[in-house]
Amino acid sequence: MATRQTQFLARSLLTPAVGLLFIWMIVPLVLTIYFSTLHYSLLDPGSESFVGLENFRYFLTDPAFLASLQNTLVLVGSVLALTILLGIPLALLMDQPVIGRNFVRLMVIAPFFVMPTVSALVWKNLLMHPVSGLFAWLASLFGLTPIDWFNDVPLLAVILIVTWQWLPFATLILLTALQSLDEEQKEAAEMDGASAVSTFIYITLPHLARPITVVILIETIFLLTVFAEIFVTTGGGPGLQTTNIAFLIYSQALIQFDVGSASAGGLVAVVIANIVAFFLVRIVGRNLEA
Amino acid sequence: MARMATTRRVMISTAAAWLFGFLIFFPILWMGLASFKTELEAFAIPPSFLFFHWTTENYATVQERSDYLHHAMNSIIIAGGSTLIALLIAIPAAWSMAFSPTKRTKDILLWMLSTKMMPPVGVLVPIYLIYKSFGLLDSRIGLVFILCLGNLPIVIWMLFTYFKEIPRDILEAARMDGATIGRELVYVLTPMAIPGLASTLLLNLILAWNEAFWTLNLSTSSAAPLTTFIASYSSPEGLFWAKLSAASTLAIAPILVLGWFSQKQLVRGLTFGAVK
Repeated sequence: MATRQTQFLARSLLTPAVGLLFIWMIVPLVLTIYFSTLHYSLLDPGSESFVGLENFRYFLTDPAFLASLQNTLVLVGSVLALTILLGIPLALLMDQPVIGRNFVRLMVIAPFFVMPTVSALVWKNLLMHPVSGLFAWLASLFGLTPIDWFNDVPLLAVILIVTWQWLPFATLILLTALQSLDEEQKEAAEMDGASAVSTFIYITLPHLARPITVVILIETIFLLTVFAEIFVTTGGGPGLQTTNIAFLIYSQALIQFDVGSASAGGLVAVVIANIVAFFLVRIVGRNLEA
Repeated sequence: MARMATTRRVMISTAAAWLFGFLIFFPILWMGLASFKTELEAFAIPPSFLFFHWTTENYATVQERSDYLHHAMNSIIIAGGSTLIALLIAIPAAWSMAFSPTKRTKDILLWMLSTKMMPPVGVLVPIYLIYKSFGLLDSRIGLVFILCLGNLPIVIWMLFTYFKEIPRDILEAARMDGATIGRELVYVLTPMAIPGLASTLLLNLILAWNEAFWTLNLSTSSAAPLTTFIASYSSPEGLFWAKLSAASTLAIAPILVLGWFSQKQLVRGLTFGAVK
């Protein structure tokens, strides 16, 4: 019943959302591009001048950029690897007949609902404090020297916190996918004498390929811009050891007030995110037709 | 024949699942316990797990001293406001795409999704400067606006996948029976759409409540929601673990409850329907 009238109605219902998102996407982006070509410091107002690609040269050759790019890749890569490598066995375990499974599910999913500033501070103080933290006490029980997490291995400490936050997400998605796996197929394989290991490799794992891809892509989008966890624990330090790209841009913009350079950095972040987004949009799009 | 789960196997997997579930939940539990300790006991080594002097004084102090209620109210207004406005904009849009799809509907949906991929830090500078010149820094309305836009794509997507599942035959049947558009909306569509609306509302409340990039960067005190308020405990003079724990427990408790209710929709909402 797609009369011209209903078409008009449909379009006018859609317009506000499309318009707002369009403005939201275009205006800040254009401004970022514009600022990135300026020498523009908030400490020195009125001195704006066009400098072409100078900010990009400055940002990309700054040793802090390389350090933070490396930290970003290590952070994203480690958290992805940990959440998936721990998430698969955890999801498989929860897919077994377990008494009180719903309650276990609640416990496993809980960290995902904790606001980032809370989880970061609880880990930093109550668990990882080198003197009074629980980990220090556990280490001393075994006669080990407690680790001074945020001084000796700061990036690892941040990785552990972020992994704890995202493990529930990976587990929940993998578990949802496992539950949709056809039981009969597994049973048939078992009747044919397939071992548990080969059932896992040839039936379960291929079935998980797509959800794993989705987990990787979605986590990457969020992990590229991890901010609050670093902001409240290390402030990017010591030195640059936990500065990722998001935190570097933040500190250039709101601590050093260098608008031009921060904008150039922002565009670099947009480009990196777009590379990931390209693949995610294709996967989701394929699903839309099915 | 269904696979027989032997008693032994059930025992082992149950024990293992409870052990790992407990380990994952432990930091939250530990925080909850610390919130009932005195400051000295929260710091003590060896730590006491259950046999300490239980006290609720931290909760009282947090309420009195640090305007906890003020920040909680900010969180409610910012998360609630941004979610409601996003729903108001998203419902008509998702509705029209689900029920009158055109050739471009898929492209529009994917484009909306792609706006969510924009890293917030990429537009931090212009947003900060725009907010500064309009006096929106540290204002609730500014945060409502930005969180609303940030979550709009997810809201539209979730609603779209739910609306899509409403069988269209029912609409036609209602029309055949002579229902007007108004009656159709009230008696046929709304009841079928309510579960989807409710889960979208829940998930977005959670996302907005926990959002910690824009809230940390655009608010300092008067509009600061709980995320920013808790972050203020990171300063050295704020090393009061028991009070930090009490404030944190209060901040996450309501959202933990909502989250547990909405965990099934979480998968769907956050994967844009790619995993159901």
